Order: sequence, then structure tokens, then C-alpha cells
Amino acid sequence: MANTETLVEMVQPESESSPAAINLRGISKAFGPVQANDDVNLSVPKGTIHGIVGENGAGKSTLMSILYGFYEADRGDIYISGKKTKIKNSTDAIKAGIGMVHQHFMLVDNFTVLENIMLGAESGAMLSGSIAAARTELERLEREYGLFVNLDAITEELPVGEQQRVEILKALYRGAEILILDEPTGVLTPQETDQLFKILDSLRSQGVTVILITHKLREIMAITNNVSIMRQGKIVADRKTSETNREELAELMVGRKVRIEIDKDDPNPQAMLLDVDNLTVTDSQGIDRLDHVSFGIRAGEIVGIAGVSGNGQSELLEALSGIQPVSEGSFVLNGVTVNANNPKDAAEIRDLGCAHVPEDRLRLGLVKTFNAAESSILGYHLDPAYNGRILTKPDAIRNHCADLMESFDVRPRDPSLKSANFSGGNQQKLILAREMKDKPSVLLVGQPTRGVDIGAIEFIHKQIVAMRDEGSAILLVSVELDEVMSLADRILVMFEGRIVGEVSGKDADEKTLGLMMANALPRNNKQKQEGQA
Amino acid sequence: MEDLINIAISTLAGTVRVSTPLILCAMAGLFSERSGIIDISLEGKMLAAAFVAAGVAYVTGSAWVGLGGGILIAVGLSLLHGFACITHNGNHVVSGVAINILVSGLTVVLGVVWFHQGGQTPTLPQEARFLPIHFPLAETLSEIPVIGPFYAKVISGHNLLVYLAFALVAVTSWVVYKTRFGLRLRAVGENPNAVDTAGISVTFLRYRAVMICGILTGIAGTYLSVAQNASFVREMSAGQGYIALAAMIFGKWRPVPAMLACLMFGFLDAVSIRLQGVVLPGIGEVPVQFIQALPYILTVVLLAGFIGKAIAPKAIGVPYVKER
Repeated sequence: MANTETLVEMVQPESESSPAAINLRGISKAFGPVQANDDVNLSVPKGTIHGIVGENGAGKSTLMSILYGFYEADRGDIYISGKKTKIKNSTDAIKAGIGMVHQHFMLVDNFTVLENIMLGAESGAMLSGSIAAARTELERLEREYGLFVNLDAITEELPVGEQQRVEILKALYRGAEILILDEPTGVLTPQETDQLFKILDSLRSQGVTVILITHKLREIMAITNNVSIMRQGKIVADRKTSETNREELAELMVGRKVRIEIDKDDPNPQAMLLDVDNLTVTDSQGIDRLDHVSFGIRAGEIVGIAGVSGNGQSELLEALSGIQPVSEGSFVLNGVTVNANNPKDAAEIRDLGCAHVPEDRLRLGLVKTFNAAESSILGYHLDPAYNGRILTKPDAIRNHCADLMESFDVRPRDPSLKSANFSGGNQQKLILAREMKDKPSVLLVGQPTRGVDIGAIEFIHKQIVAMRDEGSAILLVSVELDEVMSLADRILVMFEGRIVGEVSGKDADEKTLGLMMANALPRNNKQKQEGQA
Repeated sequence: MEDLINIAISTLAGTVRVSTPLILCAMAGLFSERSGIIDISLEGKMLAAAFVAAGVAYVTGSAWVGLGGGILIAVGLSLLHGFACITHNGNHVVSGVAINILVSGLTVVLGVVWFHQGGQTPTLPQEARFLPIHFPLAETLSEIPVIGPFYAKVISGHNLLVYLAFALVAVTSWVVYKTRFGLRLRAVGENPNAVDTAGISVTFLRYRAVMICGILTGIAGTYLSVAQNASFVREMSAGQGYIALAAMIFGKWRPVPAMLACLMFGFLDAVSIRLQGVVLPGIGEVPVQFIQALPYILTVVLLAGFIGKAIAPKAIGVPYVKER
């Protein structure tokens, strides 16, 4: 802690020749009884990239929302370039030269790129003049920062990486000298991430100050100058990036030692439990979302699916779990063949011993307005244990939920609390507990740790490995490469509905996987895979 | 042959007259819905405006003052709708239906109390109405076959509000696609978050949109009771607000296609009046009820299959609440 104070002292505007770009002093903000920010002091020198890391709910986003004028702080002062500044709304923030790239882009999907960038910063009441002026200015900005986007493209038709560039351009067009990025790499391929970092680097060299909020420690190490670690609404430490390492940061984030590597023995594959043969799912427009996919999973192994989201992973999970009908091909689950002529719905699949942890827990995993007890029996709600002749058995359901909560450490342990009121990590633990309870022979898991904090991630990973060691066949779909690489025994890479490559979990490296995910492997490898398909 | 041309021309002239309130309401709905506010209360606002405009025009003897009164009440109801939906995040449909029911009852009650004519307003004298305007040379040219009568009856010979309605389609199109306000209006109906983070007030923008909606429905209501007819009659809007809403959806929330849809509905309406009592060979006399139902039947058929998917503004009907 002494370390923290010296750093803050060091960059106080009084003691520096040029004042810090941002200086927050004593910022506090409470939402009801929750103290989201508690006496936060932060100083960011001009022209640097400053990382802010912390678990979910540590208060990073609240702090940045205060800086961008979404909320007003209860207490504390904001100094921009040494000048005390009141920021009551986004307009004030923009005036103070602050731009923000939100985690969920703030773009109008059916507008052109140019229209999106102009919105709110038009030069006059008529559009024609604004358009001409904006085009000239943007072409200058694009050249200056090497940030090229087709200004006349419809925004929703652009890849995510380019949409993000639109957001950055939007901020620069408004004259931003301070750029806040909230979890910018969550939706990007490794290559797109590299490009983003190049852009951030060139912004930094032009004197732009960048604040990067992320939970990916690797990125902090790769690009930032300084890093602040938040925990429970407070900044618990500030470090120079060159003087710290991932292990220390992770420890500071959770307040105890965590392992980034997962301890697991070599797999011991047994009988084939899930055998997928040329599985195809065609959508209503006649496009093959899943295109002749074949693979098998044996008892006691984890097969991971890597890929940029939207390349057929969701359809694969939905077809195997009985949510989407199979258009062509088949899969054999515990000896039962499922194909277009012999379809099985989700309940029948579950009865065959296959459990499913869906990718989107709020849409498919639980009902937000149900209490935890009700959500804890979804899919198993017809079980006689929970039903009398006419009425349900509330006590049995509540006890069942309490058991699940106990075994998976779901907090708070309150079966009558609404599902929506649990944090993302605890919702996910409840769903995993529900699906793993009956020891399914096949487990389909989609994005098990999306939006889940580090402590819970570790716990969830352990549970998945334990299931494997007990002899389940596990299919793991995740957009987090780290997760797939550390958990899976074999990794399949999907691109445009097809499996374009396979590597063993041990030999996997990020670069090869990244290239496979973008289907950009050198020619000889690619031919080999196409030959397989 | 000449008969047929005469029938065609008077049907087209009827189409223009009947379409006018639809067009005004469709443009009104377009402003509101493009901003993200569902407006099912076009009907009620038009009816209220018709009542107030007729009453005010009768008392003051001026059609223009009547128009002002009609616009005022419609804007007032729009602000009420806005207060419920924008300020208090209420359900747009519930608020709209409430306004419709309120107006439907209140116009009759107040009409009976104030004018003692069973809910009607007294018949307006000619000088307190918007009267047909005859274009120059209309009389002279009417001798020329087809074009002459077309010019005299379809183009010329309508009241000022009819021409205003068509002019407002062009104005709406220009505002929505060519101005800064239009850009922001389109944005706020699609993604209010984007508008808010760009430093624009979502609330103020939406209030402006519903006020424009009020002005246009006010003109539409005034047209019914002060221009097309000479008094207010109970329930005289007769579902035209809903038809206008359907026309706007037909037009996929775009001004010119919405106007064309209004003209189609107006045409069907005009034809149904023309067809009453006509004996068709082999069928006999077509029942009046069937003909009157025809526009509505066609609405359902067309909505069900012929216009393709109508994609509404994405944020329509969703209250804007800043998320944590």
C-alpha cells in the first residue's frame, strides 16, 4: 500500500511539470447499500496507456461511467489536465475531451459509418454540409492514425473489429484526447486484437491518453505503461507495467494466490459416447450454419471448440442439445442415433444422459424473474421428486436448490432470491450445479465463464475437469482461447460452420489457433483439412 | 364511355378527399414511431381535434382559429402520451388506448353539455370552414376530354388542408432524411444509447417528435370536422387513425411509401362508396356491409402476405432507462 501512495504522490499535478491528463481524487459512489466506488484516487499521465483491472463488480465500469458522465459521483473531484472539471453528462465529458468506446458498441446498426460518426456532432442543421465537412475531417484522421474504415458501409454489415474502429473514430472526431476503452478485446480475434493494439500504440505516440479496462492480464502486460488494480470499489494498487507480472496482478485482483494454469492429469479416453457424423444445420435462408461436421468424444475427455463467435459453434451446441433440428447427417448419443428422420427434442436428449449448459445463460439457462429454487429445476421440473399430483412440492424444490448452492458455493445461499439478483458468476455456478448434479455421461458446455470473475472461473474449471475424470465426455465451446487451451484435451477449430483444424490441447499455441480461426493457415495445411471435410 | 370516365374521375377525386386525413395521421405516426414511441392514439387525438376544431370554429366563426384549437388539443394529448411513455416509462399501447377511450367518451359528453345536439356540434356556416379552392382555368379546361375533368376535379377543387397534407409528405421526407433533426430522430428510434452517449438528450428529442405528431393529427382532425364535413359527429374518425397506422407500417416507416399506402386505402374506400347498390351479373346486389368491410379485409390480406417483412425501428416501444 505504501507503494500506491508514493506513485500517486509522484504524479500529483503540483509536483509534475505537465499536469496529469486525468486525476481523480476521492471519488465515491454508492448504489443503495452497495459502495461501488470507495474513495478512489487515480492519476494518468498524458500520452500513456493506463490499464485498469479487477474482477466483475470491482467498480471499474462505475468509475469510468462517472468519468464519462453517465453517473455523478457522490463525493470527489475530477481534474482534467490539471483543471477541476464538473462532468454531469456525456456532453460535458465530450467537451472535456473524453471519448469512450463501450463494451457494447453505441452504434446505430442501419446507419452508414459516416452517419454514426456524425451523430451528435453535426456541423449544421442541414445534413449535406455536415456530411461534406465530416468526410474531409475523417479522411484526415484516418491518415493521421492509420485507422481505415469504409465511411459509406452500413455499420451492421462490418466485422466487429471494424465497428470498434468506428467507435474510436467517433471519439477522435469529437476531439477526444482521452480515450476510454471498456473490455475492447472481448469480441475480437487475436489478429484483430493485434491491430487494435497497433492503433492504440499510434494514438499514444500522437499524445492521446488511453484508459484500458480489461480482465485479460496478458493484454495489460502487452500494451500498458501503468496499471491500477481495483477490488471491491477501491484501487488496491498501482504498478508500472514493467515492474510487475501476471501472477502478481492476478493475486492483487482477487486478494489471494490463483493459478492461471489448470492442474489436470493426462486424459484417459474410454468408450465413444458422442459420435457426430456429417452434422449439418441449414437455416431458413438455406445457408448451412453448420456444414458437415464430424468428430467424436470419448468418455473421460474434453473436446474444446475454438473459433470467433458466430462460426457455427452455437448451432453445434443447439443441434446436439435438441434445440435445433438436424438438417442432414447424424449423431450417435449413448448408442442412440439422432438424425432428420429420428429427431429428438431437448427433453429426450436430456433423458439420454446429455446435459447442456447453454452459452447465453440469461436467455436459455434460467428465467431471470424466477427465484433461484425455480431456476434450479428448469429442464428437470417434471421429475416426480418435485411434483405432487397437482401442485409442485415447494419444500423439495427449495431443498434441492439449497443442496446445489452448497455443493457449488453459490452466494448468497438464498433459494428464494430472484435469479436476476445473483452475480453472473453465481448464476453460472447454479446452472452448472443443476446440469452436473445427475452425473450426465455427456456434458455440453457453452461459454462456461463468460462474464464470470476470476475466483469463480477457477472453481468452474475445476468442476469441469473433475467431471471428465469421473468419465464424462465433455464438449466445451468458448470464445476464450486461454480457456479452451487450458481445459481441452483436443481442440477443434471452427470457421464458417466447418471444422477447419484439430490440435491436441498440449501442442496448441495461440498463434496457430488464431490463424486457424481466421482460416488463414498456409496453403498446404489448409488443403489437408479440406481433404478431411 | 363518357360515363365510365366520369365515374373514374369522381372516384379519384373521392380518393384524394378520403386519403387526406390518413396521410396526415400516417406522417404524424411516422414522426412518433421513428423516435421509438408507439402511437396507437392517433385515432383519439384526431377525434379530439375534430371536436375542438368544430366547436372553436363555430364559436369564433373562423376556420383558422378552429385549426389552432384542434392542434392545441392534439399536442396536449401528445404531451400526455409523452409524459406517460417518455418521462415515466409507461407502456405505449396502454397509454395510447387510454387516450382513445378517454376522447371517445369525453367528446360526446362535452358535446351534449355544451351544444345540446346529441353529441354533435352545430353546423358550421360556410365562412367558418375550409372551402374548396378552384384553380385558374379549371372551368375553361374542363371541356377537354379526360385531362380537363381530371384537372378540374382531381387536381383542383379541394380545400387548403388537402394540399397541405400532400405538401407535408414532401416536408416530412426532407426533415427525416436531410436534416440534423431527422438523423437524430432516426437514430433515437434505433438505438437510444447511441444518441445518449453522443451527448444528445433522448427525452427532449422524443418529446419534440411526439409534439410534431400532435400538430399533424390536429390538422387531420380539423380536416374531418371543419373542411370535409361541416360539424363534429360522434366517433367521426371511425378507425381512420388505425388505418393510417397500418398504412405507415405498409410504407415501412417511410414517408412516400406510407403516402402511397394511404392513397390505396383511400381508393378502396372511395370505390366501396361507388359500388353500393351496384348489381353484379351472376351475384346480384353486393351487400353494403361487405363493401364497407372490403378495405379492412384487404388490409388483413395485404398485411399477411404482400408487403414483406416490415422492420420496425429497433427500439420502438422500449422505455429508455440508463443501465448500470
